[in-house]
Amino acid sequence: MENIYDVLIIGAGVVGSAVAREFSRYELHIAVLEKELDVCMETSGRNTGVLHGGFTYKLGSLKAQCCVEGNREFDRVAQELDVPFKRTGKVVVGFDEKDMQSLLKYKRNGEANGVQGLEIIDKARLQEMAPSAGGEFAMYSPASGMLNPFVYTVALAENAAQNGVHFYFDHEVTGIRRHEGLYSIQTNQGRFCTRWVVNCAGLNSVQVSEMLGIGGYTLGGFKGEYFVLDKKAGKELNMLIYPAPGPNGGFATHATPTVDGNVLIGPDSRLVDDFEDYRATPESLKQLVLDGKKMFKYMKREYFIRNFSGIRPKLINKDTKEILDFVVEARKEAPNSINLVGIESPGLTSALPLARRAVALMREQEKLLPNRSFNPRRRGILCFAEQSEEKKKALIKENPDYGEIVCRCETVTRAEIVQAIRNPLGVRSLIGIKNRTRAMMGRCQGGYCETRLVEIMEEELQESEKEIVYGRKGGKMFTGKVRA
Amino acid sequence: MTAVIKKDAVIIGGGSAGLAAAAALKKHGIEDIVILEREKQLGGILRQCIHEGFGLSRFHEVLSGPEYAQRFIDIVRKFQIAYVTGTTVLDITPQKLVTAVSREGLLTYEAKAVILAMGCRERTRGAISIPGTRPAGIYNAGVAQSYINLHNTMIGKEAVILGSGDIGMIMARRLTLEGVKVKAVFEVQPYPSGLQRNIEQCLNDYDIPLYLSHTITDIKGRARLEGVTVSRVDAHMQPIAGTEKEYECDTLILSVGLIPENELSLSCGVALDPRTKGAVVDAYYQTNVKGIFAAGNVLQVHDLVDFVSLEAERMAGYAAEYIHKGCLPVCDIPLITDGNIGYTVPQRVRSDEAFKLSLRVKQPCHDCEIVLKQAQRVLQSVKLKKAIPAEMIQIDVPAGNMESTDALEVLLQ
Amino acid sequence: MKKSYTCIVCPNGCEIVADFTEKVIVSLTGAGCKRGGEYVRQEITCPMRNITSSVGVLDGKLPLVSVKLSKPIPKEKIFAVMQEVRAIKIQAPVKLGQVILEKVLGLDSDVVATKNVEKI
Repeated sequence: MENIYDVLIIGAGVVGSAVAREFSRYELHIAVLEKELDVCMETSGRNTGVLHGGFTYKLGSLKAQCCVEGNREFDRVAQELDVPFKRTGKVVVGFDEKDMQSLLKYKRNGEANGVQGLEIIDKARLQEMAPSAGGEFAMYSPASGMLNPFVYTVALAENAAQNGVHFYFDHEVTGIRRHEGLYSIQTNQGRFCTRWVVNCAGLNSVQVSEMLGIGGYTLGGFKGEYFVLDKKAGKELNMLIYPAPGPNGGFATHATPTVDGNVLIGPDSRLVDDFEDYRATPESLKQLVLDGKKMFKYMKREYFIRNFSGIRPKLINKDTKEILDFVVEARKEAPNSINLVGIESPGLTSALPLARRAVALMREQEKLLPNRSFNPRRRGILCFAEQSEEKKKALIKENPDYGEIVCRCETVTRAEIVQAIRNPLGVRSLIGIKNRTRAMMGRCQGGYCETRLVEIMEEELQESEKEIVYGRKGGKMFTGKVRA
Repeated sequence: MTAVIKKDAVIIGGGSAGLAAAAALKKHGIEDIVILEREKQLGGILRQCIHEGFGLSRFHEVLSGPEYAQRFIDIVRKFQIAYVTGTTVLDITPQKLVTAVSREGLLTYEAKAVILAMGCRERTRGAISIPGTRPAGIYNAGVAQSYINLHNTMIGKEAVILGSGDIGMIMARRLTLEGVKVKAVFEVQPYPSGLQRNIEQCLNDYDIPLYLSHTITDIKGRARLEGVTVSRVDAHMQPIAGTEKEYECDTLILSVGLIPENELSLSCGVALDPRTKGAVVDAYYQTNVKGIFAAGNVLQVHDLVDFVSLEAERMAGYAAEYIHKGCLPVCDIPLITDGNIGYTVPQRVRSDEAFKLSLRVKQPCHDCEIVLKQAQRVLQSVKLKKAIPAEMIQIDVPAGNMESTDALEVLLQ
Repeated sequence: MKKSYTCIVCPNGCEIVADFTEKVIVSLTGAGCKRGGEYVRQEITCPMRNITSSVGVLDGKLPLVSVKLSKPIPKEKIFAVMQEVRAIKIQAPVKLGQVILEKVLGLDSDVVATKNVEKI
């Protein structure tokens, strides 16, 4: 007999992980099925990492409600989950009267949405606040900020796991059947039985909807490419600087300081049919350089350390191509299921509010008992580089692994790598370690530390070199030994 | 506060430059030295360069990398020069306080002279923005070399190499000898960036084709590399549409250049030359921060380790003088170049001090002449049968020829 | 016939043009030193190469010891020699200069360690 869960969540992106964590507040037997080897391998890990204010979304929309709610509570969330977060503020800069009208429109909209502290600032204030920004005036949003999307998703998932949620990685859902009041979920690695299903499948949420018997949704894959710039460039950028949106809304390529001190240039936006198409394209690479230079005058080729892309699954009206709101629903044709579709930006900011709405939908139909042992707190990996000299000494004394620098560019110690590997979710790939510790994220891109990370993984996981995976399932690093 | 350990010289890095500098300092009477090395062993990158071709200039015999390193390690041990391994320097201040960390704890040194000998790192895929996916199977040449020669792990079965740098060509041969099919080496420039002898003995000997003016325009594969698209490039190094060719491979080796590793130098205010990405130094290899010296690949990327050692040994002579006297004479003559010369080291000299001038040409040329001029007066000229960017040119410049503090022009004719 | 060679003896990589008939050199131009001439003579009669590689170490602090051949071997024997080298296992400790395999494949060349490897 298979294990019967109360709730099975499909997808371990930021939304699936937040949903898992919020459900773990109740006496429920919960699991998450994820097709990849780790959390946040798709849209959740491939974005700008902005905690949005919520001034651009349509009044009354779920996007507006969840974003404002998520933004307001994030100081507490960041503290509970011990994740890096900076409320840097954002300026949306304008040059002419048209831009001013656009900014005033967003200010009114934002205020109606409940965004606090929005103000139009003049050039002098702008220069003082964000010396590297161009523009004649700006709208300032003090509530906007930056977080690390990997670490945040990992934190939500780890906290869920600590509160009893099971995570199954490399489990791709291939079919869903309903039988005698239960769902039977087929995966590439066996069948799972559950009373409730929550669809948090992001880019694949339409396929999962259809497996549940819910049709009629269409997603548009809006791909955005980025450049990651060296932390040397990050010194020149202290807050989010966006250009004023054009008449069709949406922001053009912008420069964003990450919470770790790098700068992101991007994203652009192109529609793609293949939702796995993360290729860096020559066209975008070229255009980003041109656009990036306009927004960020310190953009130089020697600062380039990497490029990446993400795909935002926007729900669209098939006929009008209009972009639609988030969907969180419990539909009659699929009883005991909660369906989340079209979760794109501001999904990172909205993850917990969306999760609470998912819980509420279940509560409408079932009494939920609180999980008395639920602990909302989770401890992250202590960052050695950020500690005082006294603290550093104490750490090394307690654990000499803190004295062994594995990643030179980001000053990551062996102790941090080992903690990442021993985390409650486990780690199955080099990218998993990278996303948790920043090792390999610096300017040498693993030139110094990659071989060391592999060595530590072999030791800690007791794996042979043939099992070490780079990022995706099947992405083996090695074919074997040179000398057997 | 951590107890501060006082030293005459703190050498950052125990590779070819650091070891040679330590031994030479000792010969010049400096006793109180420490070498700080982040790896578990001394020797630096030479430990993984198991091929031969080292030592001909320095030791007048052909050695492999590990043998060459061992020569210097033996000298350092014989001289009882202090060194600590597994120790990473976190910070250097302009006052020459050096903070390092190891499993033993934090260490702070106060040095009369700091020797920068950190070497260089490889340019990466991200830095050159190659389009395509990001699967497993893409390795920088030095990383591949480390996996194969130090870690005993084999990285693939069918390889393509981008960049004709020496490490890339050496890896082409190394992989071939281990049964990997190396399909081709592609170089975006119209000329090779490594040495001729390596084209001969690493590529031609094994029938590995080298395609000049070609680059990779797409990378395919989701989990593991499945293939690359290669295109011919025009005179501006832009891919030419219609010339695309597909190569199936599970491994891509990048050998696309080396960058001096100067993050620590920046932390103590050392000014860098945007051309070399190394410190701006005077005829004594002293940086703009008094008492901080640089030599080897951290100063300028060399093509031969022998020249790294020789440079470090020359530098050590001056550093010893600095430690003894507390200062060195001011170098007040700047060096300037024309558009045909990529850079010079040093960047500042003085008239009464002989120096070794290192430079590279920007384009390959035959039957040319390097001319040193001051105020329209030719001081010295050196005729060359050929000059290529892959080969560093070194010229001994004697003392006493310069009559003013006007800039010394280094020109290619 | 005339043929051009890139000398591999030293990093200078001289371009040497040899004019020869039936493996007998008539003239040589371009060699920067006399070793260049010797190299080309050898290339015309029987090209020789040295190879470097690694040998697996038992109970060593490192898994591999780097090796070279004491003398160059005929070019066409390279892959056969590699096969021999691949099969060797050596017990730690290994000393730099230690002969690991004498007269590989019966040739006048030994496999020699180029690194020290301590025992665990």
